[in-house]
Amino acid sequence: MQRYVIRRILTLIPTLLFASAIVFVTVRLIPGSVIDLMLSQNESGAAKVSRQSLEAALGFDRPVYVQYLQWIGGILFHGDLGTSLWQRTPVSEQILQRLPVTFELGLLAMAVALTLAIPIGVGSAMRQDTAVDYITRSFSILMLAIPGFWLGTLVIVFPSIWWGWSPEIKYTPFLEHPGRNLAQMIIPAVILGFGLSAITMRMTRTMMLEVLRQDYVRTAYAKGLARRTVIVRHALRNALIPVVTLIGLQAPVLIGGAVIMEQIFVIPGMGLLLLEAVNSRDYPVITGVFLVVGVAVVAINLLVDLSYGLLDPKVRHQ
Amino acid sequence: MPALLEVRGLTTRFRSSGGTVTAVDDVSFDVAQGETLAIVGESGSGKSVTALSILRLIPTPPGRIEAGQVLFEGQDLLTLDDAGIRAIRGSRIGMIFQEPMSSLNPALTIGLQVAEPIVEHRGATWRDALTRARGLLDRVRIPDAAQRLAAYPHQFSGGMRQRVMIAMAQACEPTLTIADEPTTALDVTVQAQILDLLKTRSEETGSALVLITHDLGVVARYASRVAVMYAGRIVEIAPARRLYRTPQHPYTRGLMQSVPRLDSDTAERLVPIEGQPPDLGRLPQGCAFAPRCRVVMPRCRTERPVLAQIADNHAAACFHHA
Ligand SMILES: Nc1ncnc2c1ncn2[C@@H]1O[C@H](COP(=O)(O)OP(=O)(O)O)[C@@H](O)[C@H]1O
Ligand SMILES: [Mg+2]
Repeated sequence: MQRYVIRRILTLIPTLLFASAIVFVTVRLIPGSVIDLMLSQNESGAAKVSRQSLEAALGFDRPVYVQYLQWIGGILFHGDLGTSLWQRTPVSEQILQRLPVTFELGLLAMAVALTLAIPIGVGSAMRQDTAVDYITRSFSILMLAIPGFWLGTLVIVFPSIWWGWSPEIKYTPFLEHPGRNLAQMIIPAVILGFGLSAITMRMTRTMMLEVLRQDYVRTAYAKGLARRTVIVRHALRNALIPVVTLIGLQAPVLIGGAVIMEQIFVIPGMGLLLLEAVNSRDYPVITGVFLVVGVAVVAINLLVDLSYGLLDPKVRHQ
Repeated sequence: MPALLEVRGLTTRFRSSGGTVTAVDDVSFDVAQGETLAIVGESGSGKSVTALSILRLIPTPPGRIEAGQVLFEGQDLLTLDDAGIRAIRGSRIGMIFQEPMSSLNPALTIGLQVAEPIVEHRGATWRDALTRARGLLDRVRIPDAAQRLAAYPHQFSGGMRQRVMIAMAQACEPTLTIADEPTTALDVTVQAQILDLLKTRSEETGSALVLITHDLGVVARYASRVAVMYAGRIVEIAPARRLYRTPQHPYTRGLMQSVPRLDSDTAERLVPIEGQPPDLGRLPQGCAFAPRCRVVMPRCRTERPVLAQIADNHAAACFHHA
């Protein structure tokens, strides 16, 4: 198992290097470079800085591959993600501030998704082709089709028109005031969770139907077990094995959704950080965010693979 | 002595868009305390559906038990409520299935699966039930039983899994064990071991045995009586010796001729029965076997023969003996 994990991590390194190189180059191709932006803000200033000196000061006068190698070298040898071009603070510091916020949002969304999807998926399978089944399936298609940003916008706009209520804009960290923090996070988490629950629900339903046809379910009934025990002890565990994989595959979708929700609900997580960084062409921050997100997705998938072993004894013994 | 199990006029149908299939058609038989009854017949003749109907394990829909009685210790299992039938399943009647590979839950330990009926029916604690499960695995001769409790089905061979199934089905010492082709999926070399084990264990626990098989060859050694099924009906039922010596129904005779001789080591069928197995959806009007029968008479094509007593304990459904 340990060797498996190490091998997995080793094979991921080239992927991450390649992806980071692409991001590193493309952010520099966004029209309107950081130099232009800085010069334009500097126009009214007394001491005019020349383009050359600014480029030299920021290190952009060197060829891109040299810049990249320096950046990667900094990460590999010093764990240094670079410095923000505007704030002049370490990128890692900014990310560390924002990461827990996004992590919390993602975790909450996942919790919402699973508490909705698994019982509803199981119930839908148990009542296959009844009204309950049709309603939940239609609902899940609806959830799949409605974009989160649209729902989010509705939640911002309509309550404020009708009741003059709008979500809190000033963010409260969880450790400062858990109640206030959760009250603020719950709406985006529910919207994100709904979207995620749709696919998970359908998958749970499909797998449950599949498992209920299996011979070992009949064996369980032949032992005199109650339906409830058969479902919970014998069927659900087998049905959830592929559902877990699906959850892992949804990690990038979840992160993408979180980026959007953070903007709508002004939650200072990685998404908002990324948006600010893109707007100000803060290249080190952008690349840093992408790298961390990439590593996070990879780590989640690895965790999912490992948790697979907990559910599926066949995998555990290999 | 009253029979332990009396099946009376059992009829089970499956409905689908393609039409209705009568998988079990007016089947009646008895099983006495402690005896072994074999049910033989080609694949598709309704043996499994008969077995599943007894414990009401037919998937509904598409299947439904439409008529009959299953009197077990005098009580009709078909009219019991849910709690009533559950108290019988796995406790008074144990069942062993054909596919050892898929009949055990891949995600649960062997120990849990064997101990489960003991917890369910005897109200034992898991700890006690697992201790008993270890003893049960010992008795079906699984080596290292104590360690194997924590193992999973995929770590066992087919033969070993079927031993586990036997331990599980007989965990609560049922008075009846139904084994549905318990060795069909297994290697020829272990088939006899498993059947011997099943027989010994049934004798030890005093359980009657309904042994379903499509192989008449194994029947002689294990069964005291044999019921032959064809197209959902019992076409002949007799004590095993009698059936071997004087088979009456042309189908039974055909089966006999297709059994390899005991002294030959080839598993080849010598004289297969000619013709196609019947299509249950479109059975002929008269005797279902008529299209394949070598001694068919005009009457066989229009009328359906019923099971009639032709000697003591020997009945056949054929006009040649009416
Ligand atoms: N789940 C099912 N759905 C539809 N038809 C079934 C089902 N199970 C059995 N049948 C029908 O019942 C017939 C008898 O099946 P079965 O009892 O399994 O035969 P066997 O004698 O080989 O055990 C089959 O040929 C099939 O037409
Ligand atoms: Mg069968």
